[in-house]
Amino acid sequence: MIFSNKRSRQILRHAKPAGGSSSPNCHHLFSWYMIFNLTELLLFHRQEIMKWNGWGYNDSKFIYNKNGQAEFTGKRYRLSGMIIPGLRDWMESTFGATVQHKTPATPVLNTSAVQPPTLNEAFVEGIKSTGIPFSHDPEDRVFRSHGHCLHEIFPLREGKVGRVPDMVVWPKCHNDVVKTVELACKHNVCLIPFGGGTSVSSALECPPEETRSIVSLDTSQMNRVLWIDEKNLTAHVEAGIIGQDLERLLNESGYCTGHEPDSMEFSSLGGWVATRASGMKKNIYGNIEDLVVHIKMVTPRGVIEKSCQGPRMSTGPDVHHFILGSEGTLGVVTEVTMKIRPVPEYQKYGSVVFPNFEQGVACLREVARQRCAPASIRLMDNEQFQFGHALKPQVSSIFTSFLDGLKKFYITKFKGFDPSRLCVATLLFEGDREKVLQHEKQVYDIAAKFGGLAAGEDNGQRGYMLTFVIAYLRDLGMDYFVIGESFETSVPWDRVLDICRNVKARIVQECKDRGVQFQPLSTCRVTQTYDAGACVYFYFAFNYRGLSDPLHVYAQVEHAAREEILANGGSLSHHHGVGKLRKEWMRETVSDVGLGMLKSVKDYVDPNNIFGNRNLL
Amino acid sequence: MASRAVYVHRDPMLKKRDDFEDILEERRHSSDLRYALKCYTPVLYKGLSPCRASELKSMVLQSDQLQYVINQVSKEMGRTAEEVQAEASTILDEMAHRLQISTVRFFAFTLSKIFKTLFRSICVNEEGIQRLQQAIHEHPVILLPSHRSYMDFLLMSYVLYTYDLSVPVIAAGMDFMGMKIVGEMLRMSGAFFIRRSFGGDKLYWAVFSEYVQIMVKSGFAPVEFFLEGTRSRTAKSLTPKLGLLNIVIDPFLKGEVFDISLVPVSISYERVLEEALYARELLGVPKPKESTSGLFKARKVLSEDYGSIHIYFGQPVSVRALAEGKVNRCQFNLTPRHIPRKPGEEIQSFVNDLAYRLVRSQEENMVLTPWVLLAFLLLQNQAVGNERGMSLDELTEQAAWVRDLSRQFGAFLHWPDQLPPSKVVSSSLSLHRGLVRISDGRVQLALEMPHSAMTSEEELLNRAVIILSCASYRNQALHLFIRPALLAVAIQAASSNKKQEVYNSFSFLWNMFSNEFILCPGAAVQDFEEACYLLVKSGALQISQQEILVSGRGHRTLAFLANILDPFLEGYQMVCRFLYEATEGLTEKQFVPAVRKFIIKHLLTGRLRYAEVLSSDLQKNALAALLRLGAVQKLKGCQGALKVNKVIVNSLEDTLGKKQAVSRSLNTHGLFLDLDKNSKLILVSVSQRRKAAHSEGSRRSTLIPTR
Repeated sequence: MIFSNKRSRQILRHAKPAGGSSSPNCHHLFSWYMIFNLTELLLFHRQEIMKWNGWGYNDSKFIYNKNGQAEFTGKRYRLSGMIIPGLRDWMESTFGATVQHKTPATPVLNTSAVQPPTLNEAFVEGIKSTGIPFSHDPEDRVFRSHGHCLHEIFPLREGKVGRVPDMVVWPKCHNDVVKTVELACKHNVCLIPFGGGTSVSSALECPPEETRSIVSLDTSQMNRVLWIDEKNLTAHVEAGIIGQDLERLLNESGYCTGHEPDSMEFSSLGGWVATRASGMKKNIYGNIEDLVVHIKMVTPRGVIEKSCQGPRMSTGPDVHHFILGSEGTLGVVTEVTMKIRPVPEYQKYGSVVFPNFEQGVACLREVARQRCAPASIRLMDNEQFQFGHALKPQVSSIFTSFLDGLKKFYITKFKGFDPSRLCVATLLFEGDREKVLQHEKQVYDIAAKFGGLAAGEDNGQRGYMLTFVIAYLRDLGMDYFVIGESFETSVPWDRVLDICRNVKARIVQECKDRGVQFQPLSTCRVTQTYDAGACVYFYFAFNYRGLSDPLHVYAQVEHAAREEILANGGSLSHHHGVGKLRKEWMRETVSDVGLGMLKSVKDYVDPNNIFGNRNLL
Repeated sequence: MASRAVYVHRDPMLKKRDDFEDILEERRHSSDLRYALKCYTPVLYKGLSPCRASELKSMVLQSDQLQYVINQVSKEMGRTAEEVQAEASTILDEMAHRLQISTVRFFAFTLSKIFKTLFRSICVNEEGIQRLQQAIHEHPVILLPSHRSYMDFLLMSYVLYTYDLSVPVIAAGMDFMGMKIVGEMLRMSGAFFIRRSFGGDKLYWAVFSEYVQIMVKSGFAPVEFFLEGTRSRTAKSLTPKLGLLNIVIDPFLKGEVFDISLVPVSISYERVLEEALYARELLGVPKPKESTSGLFKARKVLSEDYGSIHIYFGQPVSVRALAEGKVNRCQFNLTPRHIPRKPGEEIQSFVNDLAYRLVRSQEENMVLTPWVLLAFLLLQNQAVGNERGMSLDELTEQAAWVRDLSRQFGAFLHWPDQLPPSKVVSSSLSLHRGLVRISDGRVQLALEMPHSAMTSEEELLNRAVIILSCASYRNQALHLFIRPALLAVAIQAASSNKKQEVYNSFSFLWNMFSNEFILCPGAAVQDFEEACYLLVKSGALQISQQEILVSGRGHRTLAFLANILDPFLEGYQMVCRFLYEATEGLTEKQFVPAVRKFIIKHLLTGRLRYAEVLSSDLQKNALAALLRLGAVQKLKGCQGALKVNKVIVNSLEDTLGKKQAVSRSLNTHGLFLDLDKNSKLILVSVSQRRKAAHSEGSRRSTLIPTR
């Protein structure tokens, strides 16, 4: 059964926005009620509603409107349809990116640029006989040939397509996957599991040296919540489900997983497991490895799963940890039992302004020491604070703008904060109303000791909103000669300030040394706190006008930045994973023996390298 | 020579150097008082959060590093932490500077007055100042001046104040603190005082390193110290000391700062204030203790003309750029950074290379005056026993020849080309009239005529004072000639003109003299190549794949160069002879006086050509080399008693003495001097040598056959 593009277009037309049901205290920053239910659409051809060469939904993007003002289109997000008056100036002053110098993307994929598929006829026949849907339509294949690294998106914008999967299959359940993997083993084709496609580690790139037929195994049809166990507070879910669908479906029953990675609009449960994902509210709910109770994975050796759902076991090394972070090299995760929690009664955003980044980090450290971190606490450096400022939508009333002015006056003049040094922490509290208020006070009291001033809910909320739209912003940048990306690490507390300073400075220096003509944006934020350290995110972008090979320059700088991270005691990755982008550092990261252990598992589980995406090892 | 590194020669003549500006010029024309009271707003390190000298103290005492050591010491010694803390605080009080702008202004005023009487000019390369200013803004800066005179650090602060740059904090020896008021004044102008030795004192080390590192990390002010550790009495650069360098680059290696700029500064004096003082010291007259009254007595120096000073601020060296690929900074990932630990081998060798590199760049930017070249000629002439001296014309002709040679070797020579050479020569001679005598148009060193009232030993020492003073000027340019000179001697000594043979004997000399001159450890091959390159370029040598041939006009060059090493060869030889004849139980302490006595005896018999061998510096260096090479060992627990390997010392003496014989006809006894795996000298038989050479391939290149 092959779906035609026409059919899905019809479905699209008839599809209604999924009901704005969920819970009344819905807090999500992209408004649920406007989201098309991806599941109902049976999203075979995601490119119908999502960009094939950029981030997110087709209808949502930053543009400069007729008046030359920045505007965010669509209706999905709180920012949608709003004018952002400060953005254009910010783009010009930060990057020197002016509207005159435009680098628009190729609007439509030229399918003739896509290599014709190398099909393994026997495998195709096998799949046909099982009735599992498949396609070798160029658009379907291109969509599943990449993640969202700059070097993956940038060529697509120019209409350049590299090696893409030869075929896409859509198993609908665990058994379909078992059949697919068996066929793949039998006929020696290469399988690359595909969940949400939000990878930023080159994990989805087809290895150019692969000569076998490459089949993309799209898990999107395995998207059901199979059962909810209220006694044990667990839910059994098919691993292809997309984050926002999972939350919405659980919300309907009054529950949530609380796992909210920044990509949750598009990323899948299986992808989270395969990369050791981390959610913004991990302080309450834990990271993915804390959330899973049971995992079922189909490997070329057979199916791996535990025999019970005991909350903790002492049964040798935890086999889940071979699966968590395996990045699609061992098999396909098909079903996961996850912990769930009742939807919290009350949520409150907040923000604190610190006179400088050092004080902010000291405050976060103290919060972690006292183990009183809110659901989320993030600290932006000064550049990001300014960036956040530039993304303020047009204020509707004179009164708000007057209030803004007053706030600014109070902080900079009255409190003596230097606008070019101050930084902001954004907070999200969750739980019983009373406890939240109590908790909030505790955190603000600590902040006060470090010179922090409470700066209101709005600023906090806007900070979290930026998380979802920032990825869209990169597309705007690329329209005007600006390329950039983010990358992350985790680092012990005593190293946080050093790593932030050194990596940012290294980026600036490398750009200069490599002939970048404009001052780059090099900024960071602390996004997670742990007992023994923190997760740090770096954002890096520059105007590439005047460079003949911007991607190469970009790659070199990012490489240098990663070297700097490692030299400063940072980890290779906190939650993005290794993929192919960072695998050159795996050996020094886990030692020879460690790498050997991983290799021996791979050799046992998948001796013929059926799961041949060549990530990690 | 298997490890022939890719070594790119840059023509030293093309080395670009900045122009100088005389900063005294303005002082002679405008008010010193107004200058001292000028508006002074130096640029600061951009990441600096402002702090005062007094705040530094509490930062140091509360630092994790120091607290850790305090706890450790209190556990080990069974003392309370408070006691140890109090001791740390005392140490810090004794050490810390109290930089005050008013004192700086006072110095600015008085030094202006003094400098104007002492010196004709103080020339500074202003482009270097601009580079420094930029560097201070971007990263913490370490100033590394050469050290030839007490004047050095006063001058440095004076220059920086003049150019509106932050006055540095300066690591000074404790001996200055003895000078009552002056010590405190220096403290208030930015000097901090460190004990000369504190090897075992953990607490002292911790306070000291933390104090320095906090100043580096905070970018409080540029930190200044002398790589050579002490003033060079011979005007040769001293082997760099690594302790402080290790401390200041540590914050970079541990990621506490993004980068550190090291700025080598070359200060060259046309005439050193301490000229005769140094010579006496080298001859065994002890150095006078620093005292304020001594300073006043030294006033008479004020009436003399000390010519010009050139201060060259070199290119800032980025520690980050140099460490790239050499030091794996991940090594600090697994232990908390505040726990002190000894630097590993990788870091040690990096710091060592770095130190040598910096000293070499100090050397390269030393301004040489014509007098320095004249000193070569006068000393060489004196040594051949020419009692009548040289005629002025002859000296001028030779000086012009050496000038051209030194330029080809990349000398930073200030030779006024607009003047006729004879003018240049005579004006140089007149500035140094204490050292030369001109009569009947003939020039020679101002050695005193035999005098009946003096013992022959006194007479000898008096002559030696003049010769060593003169040698200290010659030494200013030794760095320029040392590699070609080693090659020149190696060519003379090699049994054939095969390149490998020449290299072997070069490498032997190179090893022997690496405590005497700045020869970067492990760079023998590079130095050999550099020497070859320079001599080929100057037309003295022709080098083919296999052979090294001396060209017709090369003989003069090679003879000149080989002569430069002669006093050193003779000195090392004497030290070997002395050790060979020395009685059991000689201690390191007794070594210098004993060897001096021994040498005086030999000098008086007239068997030695060079009074220079009386220099205790040379003697100490020779001993250090022999210790390094294992020919002499220090016995543990015997008050530094020395155990001499007489056989080796004896064959070394032979080898050094008969240059010709270094590797010719020496196989008769079947024994070779060789270096073992740890770079120690050993004697091996032919068969052993062959075996070793066979098993290790051609990596070993230092085989020296001996009789």
